[in-house]
Amino acid sequence: MWKWLHPWAKPEKSYALAGTLLPWFSWLALLAISVGSVWGLAYAPADYQQGDSFRIIYLHVPSAMLSMGGYLSMAIAALVGLVWQIRQADMYVAATAPVGAVFTFIALITGAAWGKPMWGAWWVWDARLTSELILLFLYLGVIGLYNAFSDKVMAGRAAGILSIVGVINLPIIHYSVEWWNTLHQGATISKFDKPSMDTSMLWPLLINIVGYGALLGAVSLYRFRTELIKRERQRPWVKAMVTAKVSGGV
Amino acid sequence: MHFDSFSDFLAMGGYAFYVWLAYGISAASLIVLIINSVVSRRQLFRSIATQNRRQQRQVNASAKES
Repeated sequence: MWKWLHPWAKPEKSYALAGTLLPWFSWLALLAISVGSVWGLAYAPADYQQGDSFRIIYLHVPSAMLSMGGYLSMAIAALVGLVWQIRQADMYVAATAPVGAVFTFIALITGAAWGKPMWGAWWVWDARLTSELILLFLYLGVIGLYNAFSDKVMAGRAAGILSIVGVINLPIIHYSVEWWNTLHQGATISKFDKPSMDTSMLWPLLINIVGYGALLGAVSLYRFRTELIKRERQRPWVKAMVTAKVSGGV
Repeated sequence: MHFDSFSDFLAMGGYAFYVWLAYGISAASLIVLIINSVVSRRQLFRSIATQNRRQQRQVNASAKES
């Protein structure tokens, strides 16, 4: 069953597939982030309590959600790589970890810039903030571990195991605002109830979530292609393609 | 449009520093990430091209010797 999937495990095929998907992700990201950010920054009404400082939400919530979503996708890929020994899965882990780390960094920085005017502190050792900081360290651990081995099969295995173990942090981040007393507010949209946000504020947020998701996908695909070429550099198809590209000016 | 003028927009209701700090650092880190992705890909292509040329020279040299 599902034998039609097999040819896509050929490196040439997955390289080409990533190349086909890349422009779609990139344009969707550019379009959605432009629309969502301009709408959120300039057209959405101000919050009745937080004034215009709440506009940081249009960056903070998408980056925080995708730092977790990106981690989950990385861990699933790591599992696929460990169980079925598909090399592209390990390459995806290596490609997406730096992107996820940047998204986590953005979530922390925007949170700090929002926390200072609203809570009076850039940083507090609160459950939500601390667990998100641990997510950043997990990403950095995966990147470091993958780069620590010159044997990339071994590197993929080590980084993959760390990614899978780190999944335990995701429910901790998500439920931290319910499990512990915290300064951080509870969930606004990712709950079973109706979103506690007016639609005039919610739409730009949803558009930005789609946009940053597409950006995460686009940069991950781009880095995946680089990683694939790096691992396949001795193969004839790579050599031929590089010669054609470089003589034509990359 | 929520704001009355462009300077009103930049002022962000008194929260200009925090809002633009958040957006500024985020934009900068995303730009650094994208530049890093592009540069490492180009470096890799150049390194493979160099390796190709070296291997080609070795092949040519051994062909001459024999």
